[in-house]
Formats: sequence, structure tokens, C-alpha cells
Amino acid sequence: MADAVLFEFLHTEMVAELWAHDPDPGPGGQNMNLSVLESMGFRVGQALGERLAREMLAFREELDVLKFLCKDLWLAAFQKQMDSLRTNHQGTYVLQDNSFPLLLPMAAGLQYLEEVPKFLAFTCGLLRGALCTLGIESMVTASVAALPGCKFQVVIENS
Amino acid sequence: MSRQANRGTESKKMSSELFTLTYGALVTQLCKDYENDEDVNKQLDKMGYNIGVRLIEDFLARSNVGRCHDFRETADVIAKVAFKMYLGITPSITNWSPAGDEFSLILENNPLVDFVELPDNHSSLIYSNLLCGVLRGALEMVQMAVEAKFVQDTLKGDGVTEIRMRFIRRIEDNLPAGEE
Repeated sequence: MADAVLFEFLHTEMVAELWAHDPDPGPGGQNMNLSVLESMGFRVGQALGERLAREMLAFREELDVLKFLCKDLWLAAFQKQMDSLRTNHQGTYVLQDNSFPLLLPMAAGLQYLEEVPKFLAFTCGLLRGALCTLGIESMVTASVAALPGCKFQVVIENS
Repeated sequence: MSRQANRGTESKKMSSELFTLTYGALVTQLCKDYENDEDVNKQLDKMGYNIGVRLIEDFLARSNVGRCHDFRETADVIAKVAFKMYLGITPSITNWSPAGDEFSLILENNPLVDFVELPDNHSSLIYSNLLCGVLRGALEMVQMAVEAKFVQDTLKGDGVTEIRMRFIRRIEDNLPAGEE
């Protein structure tokens, strides 16, 4: 059984690797790399979603799925639960993690805000992929006001 | 069985699968980025090396092993402590060279390759090559230059997966200029 820390090390190296090819890709290049990370996360999220225990699939409604992501998926991926989940009950959810493990290595504060999207793209894809397997099409974006906290915004499509 | 306990085991399993699934996605992406298997193998080795030089700190902090006095001790620590801690398996150590500078790690099953099949057009791909880089990088940080390579691979139809480890030389600390 692979230790959790291996994922964090691998993720950091993947982010570094994508930017190593072209240290200053410019806005077009940057977006391509972010979408590569996001689609990798998406495929992993889909696969993870498929492996759920049968009893966990008996979600009564959309909010249950989001709660599952905030508790079980987050616990499995990051050894902690999401700190808060808010919704407008019209298909938009905001998931807040006050201490996101993939952002912890950066000094808490504002200096590295530019680098942050690189470290969130994979996880956005992960959420989108898991939702997809659970029958929900969505768009997932992330934002950071101050490290190491971040918010994931999930907008359900065809809501 | 309470729901809490079920949730705990499920989480642990998913956590392990997150790593192996992510690794699979990475290899797939590298195969798209690079034209031939050799380049993918090199890239995996390089990335593994970068991970290894940092992973060793995590290992030393969590495992409490002392300095190894020879390559045999190193082999034991790698197989019985490191592999166990990070991948949950204990490879066996075999095929020591007479000089004691080479040995093999035999992995009955390799967690990285669960659910993985190599497509026909990637026969030269060393899927788990990241591991060789990790071993090389980690050992370099404890003053050992080694070579690690796969000599058998269940993905290629072999019965077991075998990593051959070779001790090259001790890396002496470089004294800063001006000091004797």
C-alpha cells in the first residue's frame, strides 16, 4: 500500500517537470500546461470514483456527493477533511481548505501567488473526474487569497 | 462494523491508489510527450532522482535508522524498512556478487503496476523506472553512488520483478575551499 507522502512528492515533481521544458512559456504555454495537469487529475479522479465501495454509491442527492468529496475523497487524498462546504443550492458549491497540503511547502503569505495555479490544476481535475464518475458534469476552478488556504469552486452543469 | 471503521480502511486504500493512479497518468502523459520509450525511461529516472533526494529526508526523519556500515546493511534497510514504509511490500534480497557490491531486490508484486498493461508498441518502456531514480537519488544523499536497474519485469511477462543494485563508489564530502 503506497504511503500518502509519495503522492505529494510525485505531484510536486510533475508540476516541476511540466514547467522545466519551457521555463517561460508565456500565457498560451502556461494554459496548455495547466490543462495537461487538469486532465491528468481528471482521469485519476474518474478512476478513483470507480473504485468506491458499493455502499458509498447510494447518494440520495447532489449535496451528498459533494459531502462525500469533502470528507472521504479529501481524507483519502490529503489525510484531512475539507474545512468548509457552502452552496447556493442552485448548483454552485465552494469547498474551502484552510491548509491545503499541496500548498503547504510554499511559505504562507503572498509571495508565491503566481505559482499557485500550477499546484491546484491537478486537484481541480481530480474533483471534476470523481464527480463525473458519480454522474455529475461540472466545472471546477480554484483560487487562493492567502497561502496555504484555498477554495475550490464547483459549478454543476445542466443544473 | 461501524461506518467510521469502514470509512477508515476505504480511505487508506484510496490513498494508496491515488499514488499508483497518478503515476499511471504520468507515464501515459510522458509517452505522449516523448517520441520513444528510451526518452520516457530517462525522464522517469530523472524525476525519480529528484524525488529521491528529497524523500531520503522524510525517510530518515520517520524511520530512525542509523548510519549503514556496509552495502549489506544498506540492502536490508532498503528492502525491510524503506520499501515497507513507502510501498507496503518487502522485497527479498538475493544474488549477492562475490565482492558484495551488487545485489538484487525481488518484488513478488509491484504495487505500481496494479491494473497496468503495456501496449504492444511500448515494449522498451520501463514502466516503473521512477523507482530506480528514487533509489539512486536517495542513496546519493547518504554518500553512496549506485546504479539501479530493472532486469526482470512482470509487466513484460517475467515471473517476478527484479531490480539490480550496484555500488559504484562512496561519495566523499567536499571540503569548502581553503579548509584542510
